[in-house]
Amino acid sequence: MIKIENVHKHFGGFRAVDGASLEIKEGSITGLIGPNGAGKTTLFNVIAGVLPPTSGVIKMAQTDITGLPPHELFAQGVLRTFQIAHEFGSMTVLENLMMVPGGQTGESLWNTWFHRKRIAQEEAELKERALDVLKFLTIDHLAEEKAGNLSGGQKKLLELGRTMMVDAKVVFLDEVGAGVNRTLLNTIADAIIRLNRERGYTFCIIEHDMDFISRLCDPVIVMAEGRVLAQGTAEEIKRNEQVIEAYLGTGIKNQKADGVNV
Amino acid sequence: MDLLNALVVLANFVIIPGIAYGSTLALGALGITLIYGILRFSNFAHGDTMAFGGMFAVLGTWWLQSKGISIAPLPTALLVIPFAIVLMILFLLFCDRTIYRYYRKVKASPIILVMASLGITFIMNGLVRFIIGPGERRFADGTRFLISARDFKAMTGLNEGLAIRLSQVITFVAAIIIVAALFWFLNKTRTGKSMRAFSDNEDLALLSGINPEKVVTIVWVLVAILATVSGTLYGLDKTYKPFTYFMLLLPMFAAAIVGGLGNPVGAIAGGFVIAFSEIFVTYAFKKFFGYILPKDMLPSGIIQIISTDYKFAVSFTILVLVLLFRPTGIFKGQSI
Repeated sequence: MIKIENVHKHFGGFRAVDGASLEIKEGSITGLIGPNGAGKTTLFNVIAGVLPPTSGVIKMAQTDITGLPPHELFAQGVLRTFQIAHEFGSMTVLENLMMVPGGQTGESLWNTWFHRKRIAQEEAELKERALDVLKFLTIDHLAEEKAGNLSGGQKKLLELGRTMMVDAKVVFLDEVGAGVNRTLLNTIADAIIRLNRERGYTFCIIEHDMDFISRLCDPVIVMAEGRVLAQGTAEEIKRNEQVIEAYLGTGIKNQKADGVNV
Repeated sequence: MDLLNALVVLANFVIIPGIAYGSTLALGALGITLIYGILRFSNFAHGDTMAFGGMFAVLGTWWLQSKGISIAPLPTALLVIPFAIVLMILFLLFCDRTIYRYYRKVKASPIILVMASLGITFIMNGLVRFIIGPGERRFADGTRFLISARDFKAMTGLNEGLAIRLSQVITFVAAIIIVAALFWFLNKTRTGKSMRAFSDNEDLALLSGINPEKVVTIVWVLVAILATVSGTLYGLDKTYKPFTYFMLLLPMFAAAIVGGLGNPVGAIAGGFVIAFSEIFVTYAFKKFFGYILPKDMLPSGIIQIISTDYKFAVSFTILVLVLLFRPTGIFKGQSI
């Protein structure tokens, strides 16, 4: 689905992404893990068109999408969320969702005045869809709340909701679980699995919670120092000596030896 | 009776001019605040954009006057404003496509855009002087006074007159209509919401599929409307003189910052705060106090806090105070 070929992103002398090559297969939930500063988020930013790559190519189903601006990627079904949840704080949750998708009829000055009916109809459909999404994410009681007042975890759900307003192809989730409690994390995990199975979304997830990763992701890709260190199923990754050295730490090996499930 | 006379003096020299001037500043500050909120730079060219829009209106008015077309008792300029707006939209979009777009593409820091706008200021300034000349240009016609001082005196029997110029009323009414339309647009329409979204969080707006170039185009259209209307009406109320618009830049920026940069409500409030402070501080209150104080308590001076020569000091002082004590402005805009 998405193929990243030898992508570099340097900031002056600092090589944040240093020749990363990986593939995100269609229909998969790919996990992307690695120590802090491994270049995961930078790679996301490069894929999402926020930062231009220093060199390298990003392809989606054979077409080159390197350096396309975010709103054009969006039109092609490539979506992402942020590590720290973003929201339009002064708008309600419902309005936040209805902001997506772009290219609505009401978005031109001309139509605003002369196609009122079509806009009203479109907005009614959008509203219905947004309410469905909120119900799916179990936050429908917050529809009229200002998004700025939501808790961190609810904002994460709202971000996930944003991706459900359109028929996305690939969704990049940057630490969906950060700062989210267990119960909410389960809700998010269920939502991801359902979206993947029922609507055929492909996911690529950055996450530090190994439980979450092992539950959802196959394959798991490990990045370190701007490169891909290892790739495989969650179980293979947990046993990989290099990965344990660079990221998971020896604790996990000892626990394994003791027969504790991690 | 004396109290009434005193109030009439105050209304005639402070309140009515303050409302008209405040409306002009509010419209100007709205343009500045929109650009700051969405394009994220301080547009120093806004004063001269108003001069440019005003120039189109003056030229159009002269042409219509030469053809003998008028909509008396209203000034002919009102008829021309829509056409002037269209020309300004084209002109501003041309500036944007040729200059600002490049800096957006290379993601230049805001200060570079500010400098670019300063360059555009000088170009516009030069063009206006070249086309219409630096001197005063008269283009007002139609009825001058809604109520003249003499009529007012005859009507009420008071010693003091109250004059309301038609241009002052038009300025105020136009400001109300435009502000109402703008707020309806920003809060109720999809386009307005995507502009607010863009102002709120640019990254997220882009990732929601909002096309930034479309938003930018709409900002310039709105700025053209605001600048042309305020520029023309200010010229109608005083006289059209290119240099005065550059001088409006400081009070307009002060208004936008006092209200909270990027916040439209703030821009309007700021406009009136600045206008009233400026007029209040530079008005000679001798006549006013002459009515309400006993003769022997009246000071011999003209009771003016500072000379009108220093009126810009007022905006500047308020600006400094706001930046020191409440950098986000009254209505919590973005801090600068």
